[in-house]
Amino acid sequence: MFFNSLLTNFAALEVGQHLYWQIGNIRLHGQVFLTSWILLGALLVFISLGTKKMENDPKGLQNLLEFLWDYIRDLARTQIGEKVYRDWMPFIGTLFLFVFVSNWGGALIPWRLIKLPSGELGAPTADINTTIALALLVSLSYFYAGLSNKGWRYFEYYVHPTPIMLPFKILEDFTKPLSLSFRLFGNILADELVVGVLVFLVPLILPIPVMFLGLFTSAIQALIFATLAAYYIGEAVEEHH
Amino acid sequence: MLAFNFFGATEGGLFDINATLPLMAIQVVALTYILNSLFFKPVGNVVEKREKFVSNNIIEAKNKLSEVKKLEADLLTRLQSARTEAQRIVSEAENESDKLYKEALELANNEANASKEKARLEIESQTSAARDQLSKQADDLSELIVNRLILEK
Repeated sequence: MFFNSLLTNFAALEVGQHLYWQIGNIRLHGQVFLTSWILLGALLVFISLGTKKMENDPKGLQNLLEFLWDYIRDLARTQIGEKVYRDWMPFIGTLFLFVFVSNWGGALIPWRLIKLPSGELGAPTADINTTIALALLVSLSYFYAGLSNKGWRYFEYYVHPTPIMLPFKILEDFTKPLSLSFRLFGNILADELVVGVLVFLVPLILPIPVMFLGLFTSAIQALIFATLAAYYIGEAVEEHH
Repeated sequence: MLAFNFFGATEGGLFDINATLPLMAIQVVALTYILNSLFFKPVGNVVEKREKFVSNNIIEAKNKLSEVKKLEADLLTRLQSARTEAQRIVSEAENESDKLYKEALELANNEANASKEKARLEIESQTSAARDQLSKQADDLSELIVNRLILEK
């Protein structure tokens, strides 16, 4: 049957297959670490090259890095506020760069040409473990930011402006990491799947606009993730009167 | 039929959560520290140093500009006072020359009047002298005529 054969063909995309690494009795998704090391290595090399010879009149790569730095600072400053944005700028910037590099690396590099014994290489952010790890780090960060800035007064936030808000604010603590992780995971995985299916069905021209859309989505998702993380931290350190 | 094995039970699947999660979290935290020392701090130092330099220069330029404006205003007042001074000097000189002109005119008038008076007196004396002479000559002539007439008779 045609439908059935289509499904078996889809299976060639190897959705949900992983390259397992066994260390002791813990199991890891090897393909996630492989791609993330390659991409982060490239990022670090790029940054080292750009910051090797810093000058007062920026040239070449330094210009680009300064633009990036300025962009991240603006993002952190508008969301977190003038007072504490400096403490959180490296974290927000790392989230942005990590997600951006992972998304674009997953979309731009033809990983499928590299054959693995099981699973396939792709964007590290298309793995639920990565996105949950990032989202939980964001949760920890905003709790830490709130508690370290305001002490126990942080919990005033839960009954602000009225105590009626208490259950909703507690619920938010769970929905925030959930929405952060699943938004990123879903967008990137969906993009990879759509491109994969289209390449599989029509290997010429047709996937190209979808690939461009994927690049757009990837960049937007990185921006959304970093902006929301900064917004949550800003919300936690905000002083209400 | 279930070729996807979506919610993979024991092995694999899209929602297969395992030790990748904490290790990835540790990796991201490590990356934060690495990027902080490799990227955010050095670039931030350079950018903020430049921003400080630029803002200092702007402040300095503003100070200089206000100084220039002050000097300009000062010069303007000095120019104004110089102008009024010049005007004063000019009008003074005009008055002076007017006075001198008037004095000279008066002197000349007086002199002219004096010489006119002198001339008039002279003319008068000469006229009277001429009249005396004329009347004396007339007397002589009349006497002569009288004598002649008497002699003929």
